[in-house]
Amino acid sequence: MPKLNVNGVIREFEAEEDTPLLWVLREQLQLTGTKYGCGIAQCGACTVHVDGQPMRSCVMPVSAFTEDQKIVTIEGLSPDGSHPVQKAWLALDVPQCGYCQTGMIMAAAALLQQNPKPSDADIDAEITNICRCGTYNRVRAAIHEAAGNGAANGSGRRT
Amino acid sequence: MNALAASVSRTAISRRGFIITSSAAFGGLSLGFHIPFGQAAAQSGGMPEINAWVVVKPDDTVVIRIARSEMGQGTLTGLAQLVAEELDCDWSKVTTEYPTPGQNLARNRAWGNFSTGGSRGIRESHDYVRKGGGAARIMLVQAAAQQWNVPASECRAEKSVITHVPSGRKVTYGQVAEAAAKIAPPTDVPLKDPKDWTIAGKPLKRLDTADKLTGKQVYGIDLQLPGMLNAAIRDCPVFGGKVKSFNAASIASRPGVKKVVQVGDSAVAVIADTWWRAKSALDALEIEWDEGPNANVSSASIAEMLKEGLDAREAAVGNRQGDVEMALKSAARTITATYSYPYQNHATMEPMNATAKWTPERCEVWTPTQNGEAALAAAAEAAGLPATQCEVYKIHLGGGFGRRGAVHDWVRQAVLIAKEMPGTPVKLIWSREEDMLHGRYHPVTQCKLTAALDDKGELTGLHMRISGQSILAGIFPQNIRNGLDPVVFQGLNAGGAEAAIGYTIPNLLIDHAMRNPPVPPGFWRGVNLNHNTIYLECFLDEVAHATGKDPLELRRKLMANHPKHLAVLNAVAEKVGWDKPAPQGIYRGLAQCMGFGSYVAACAEVSVAPDGKLKIHRIVAATDPGHAVNPQQIEAQVEGSFVYGLTAALYGECTVANGRIEQENFDTYPMMRIDEMPKVETVIVPSGGFWGGVGEPTIAVAAPAVLNAIFAATGKRIRDLPLKKHDLRQA
Repeated sequence: MPKLNVNGVIREFEAEEDTPLLWVLREQLQLTGTKYGCGIAQCGACTVHVDGQPMRSCVMPVSAFTEDQKIVTIEGLSPDGSHPVQKAWLALDVPQCGYCQTGMIMAAAALLQQNPKPSDADIDAEITNICRCGTYNRVRAAIHEAAGNGAANGSGRRT
Repeated sequence: MNALAASVSRTAISRRGFIITSSAAFGGLSLGFHIPFGQAAAQSGGMPEINAWVVVKPDDTVVIRIARSEMGQGTLTGLAQLVAEELDCDWSKVTTEYPTPGQNLARNRAWGNFSTGGSRGIRESHDYVRKGGGAARIMLVQAAAQQWNVPASECRAEKSVITHVPSGRKVTYGQVAEAAAKIAPPTDVPLKDPKDWTIAGKPLKRLDTADKLTGKQVYGIDLQLPGMLNAAIRDCPVFGGKVKSFNAASIASRPGVKKVVQVGDSAVAVIADTWWRAKSALDALEIEWDEGPNANVSSASIAEMLKEGLDAREAAVGNRQGDVEMALKSAARTITATYSYPYQNHATMEPMNATAKWTPERCEVWTPTQNGEAALAAAAEAAGLPATQCEVYKIHLGGGFGRRGAVHDWVRQAVLIAKEMPGTPVKLIWSREEDMLHGRYHPVTQCKLTAALDDKGELTGLHMRISGQSILAGIFPQNIRNGLDPVVFQGLNAGGAEAAIGYTIPNLLIDHAMRNPPVPPGFWRGVNLNHNTIYLECFLDEVAHATGKDPLELRRKLMANHPKHLAVLNAVAEKVGWDKPAPQGIYRGLAQCMGFGSYVAACAEVSVAPDGKLKIHRIVAATDPGHAVNPQQIEAQVEGSFVYGLTAALYGECTVANGRIEQENFDTYPMMRIDEMPKVETVIVPSGGFWGGVGEPTIAVAAPAVLNAIFAATGKRIRDLPLKKHDLRQA
């Protein structure tokens, strides 16, 4: 039976080889925090980390992964919502409907991992997830907050 | 999960309540309404229900029941603030839960209307939810007073603690809740003056954030039930088409496939153990369609249909003042322009979905919905069962924007599919493609505006002819009166508390030639206010430029009799510094309107590079919603509404070819992302005395403010959207 290393645990699953990683996470492993939005890697709602890199899991066949690759989903980002990005999101009351936010948080966490003090231009280039509720300014502010950049350029506010 | 828990406790709280039928007691409520807080208590597992809105547990946890749906707009938190304010409870102990539509039905609509659209969540229920909180407080205080054998007037409630003032004795709400639940509800519940609010009106954090950060929040698409199967569906892509044939056997042996079924006369669904397997099998299934009468409809044929209406003799009159015909005849000069607005899809991030379980005796549906009662009605109809034998559990919505409110087509489908598998819950999920092809689209209209000007360039008359689709004709035809769809005139009404025009023009005619193409229309965040505000605000900008007037001054002159409209426009002008030049290379545009009971205005600042690239630098907005229940959530809604409105302006267009929508996903239906997001500065100026909506009104000013700024920057007047079609390079 094929295996994946998800959130530090080796998990066995049964699925056709061409099943996207997203649907194995959601349906075989019951990790539904990773969302389906478009299925064509446009919206980023399905963003997970693979060996620390952000990846859109909806277009990656599960057969492309081995158990040596460390997959982290939103459920594994921190044990209790205490990742700096999650804390900043809470402090700035970022989510509205919240559906895109797990992918947004994963994208932001990956950005900060690689670039601890991103500029607005860095955020523009790296955060390409779609949010239909329109939380972008608070997302920007919360990334700066998590980076310890102090007063953010965006108009999100601390409440 | 709340919804599931609610279903378990249903029998515990479905007791009959005290009923009042006099609408007079409720001022603003026009219907004979069952008193929502006058509920005799029910008790279950030590959780006394003080009334329909408030449950207080022995540990002082306050459960506030929320009838409207939370879909990101913050209504859940705002409504809880209003109840908690009058309840005088400890905000840190507040949690919320949804009553189910079935419970509402069983209790004579104790919670009133579940519909969550039209920015109505707070503005149409503030009165009775506050009374619900106030009544509960009175009963809790009464219970404490009885326990102490003192007059209730000697007791004071604050933060869930009741104090007998003369003796200093204290008791918590949780300690007297059981006794309070047995007290007859008060008939008179005075409400606080908003100036004394300590919970409502404050920029409190949302109650529903934490689980959205960890993946714990369950959306409809995430629902898991024991023994559940999954379904994928394909409806005929041509509007009005039907299924002709399909070969179910060709995919029956694919992994996980349980059944291939026709759904109604126009769709086919595959039921499988997982959704991915259902979808993969459906993708492999060849379906032959009878494309029906609309197979040749195209964007061009629709545009022609609407164009004919621009000069048609017959039109329904929405607003008439003076004599426009005379004004145009006697004008020193006239200006005419024609605008148009395309179809757009709601594109909620979470595609439509519902889980249904059907037996010959009972049907249950779990779904994200903006209107649980409408979902229940749709489920009952599809199930072939009375509503009393059905139930809907509202699951958190991954966006609504109007798509999940009036029409529950996906609920109907889910129930029809579940009927093929009696006793087994089946979760239907639409693919993004299905969602794009079967929207309830922001409808198309065109508008021809003709201005009459006197020899001084003053506006003496305006004819605004709207031609195009009526949402009501497509969804609630019974609400059309004498051929007039009032929704078409949003923001253009002669007066009223909902959506009045902010200008006095001596000779004015606004009329509508209804032309309904066969593309199903829907209520899309902002509804017709979006179209109309572009038409009127851009055209007034045209008049200002044509007559050499400052766009702000032209408006101010016409707005003298509309002080609330004018106040927000002035607030924007002041904040943006209209009287001072914009920074080098930056150009400004204005827009204002009234809609959904609120007054809003915006000023956009843009630049256009020599290569035509547009940058929206900043939008300053102002809103007067009467009362501001949670200012930080209002700011979030204004910013979010601009993303919705600007995405529509920049990119939003569903085109039609061969009777079907051409855009199937975000690659061809692009969305604004963070790199295009302007800075937003929001001025909240609640003037009191009325309750206006928040989620929608400001959408409408985003596009016209930007379009007017683009004209200022380039001299190019964009009259048809989206902007992606236009070359903004300077000639």
